[in-house]
Amino acid sequence: MKSLAVLASRVRFEEKEIFAALERRSVRYDHVDTRQFSAGISGPERDVRPFDAVLCREISFNRAYYACLLLEAQGAATVNRADVIGVCGDKAKTSLLLAAAGVPTPRTVVALTPEAALEAAEKLGFPVVAKPLTGSWGRLVTVLRDRQEAQTVIEHRAALPNPQQHVVYLQELIDKPGRDIRVLVAGTDVLGATYRYGVDWRTGVASGGTSRPCPLSPELTGLAVGAAQAVGGGFLGVDLVESPDGLQVLEVNHAPEFRGFRDAHGDAIDVADAIVSHLLAAA
Amino acid sequence: MTLACPECEGAVQMAPSPRLSEITNCPDCAIELEVISLEPLLISLAPEIEEDWGE
Repeated sequence: MKSLAVLASRVRFEEKEIFAALERRSVRYDHVDTRQFSAGISGPERDVRPFDAVLCREISFNRAYYACLLLEAQGAATVNRADVIGVCGDKAKTSLLLAAAGVPTPRTVVALTPEAALEAAEKLGFPVVAKPLTGSWGRLVTVLRDRQEAQTVIEHRAALPNPQQHVVYLQELIDKPGRDIRVLVAGTDVLGATYRYGVDWRTGVASGGTSRPCPLSPELTGLAVGAAQAVGGGFLGVDLVESPDGLQVLEVNHAPEFRGFRDAHGDAIDVADAIVSHLLAAA
Repeated sequence: MTLACPECEGAVQMAPSPRLSEITNCPDCAIELEVISLEPLLISLAPEIEEDWGE
């Protein structure tokens, strides 16, 4: 029998659904809280293969990345792999791989100092969106409407203690129809899609928005799978925006939430069970 | 089962089969709470959101 684990320090709707799906299939698993996790790398403490396969639902990007890196070194198959988490958790790395794969995205610039960011924003043309490299749910994402606003926000970013915050990721502001699209992808299969309507210009459900079913088209499916493959594949949430120039990919999420998806689709699509299938296939 | 919120002492009704590390909210003060033990069932204030948290 395969030994399986689910990594999670925070058990939300999604993790409870996954635990329940595992239990419905009578699959034995360990719930590993990453706050108590350590792994020996060398010497007599070196751990070997405690798990055949691990599903990572860890909410902290750093704990998720290093936990999967350590578990992979022990021989575990991870969903998602550490390299995929490392890409998805960094918007610059994601944009680089999407661009290299020819996936359409908004125009994007990464500036390494506040001064360079101001010049880059001017060249991109206001309004532009400034995003932190790491993080979700629209936190610290800001629209810069003119040079004065940009100067103020970038000065604040420069004063933050985390040096990564001094790297400024800038993107053109897309004139979208008050919504974006979340597509759930498992390997090369698309589970479904939702429109996500925001309460402000940000459209994530976590910032108070709502979800509605979105019909799948060949274009949407192709772009979502292409974006997922570009970052290394796995079980992923691909966010797209309907721009005046067509669909563009905004980002790819390595541990997508799916409560909004469930609200939109009801029981018609069992996301947790699909995640379990993906995990078992990796084991 | 009902537990007292460690922040405001409001009554927090727990789900029938709570999970370790499960997050719930106090209905009175809305603070996030985490299940830290199943036997006995204990809750504490959930960790605050960190900079690298996300999807």
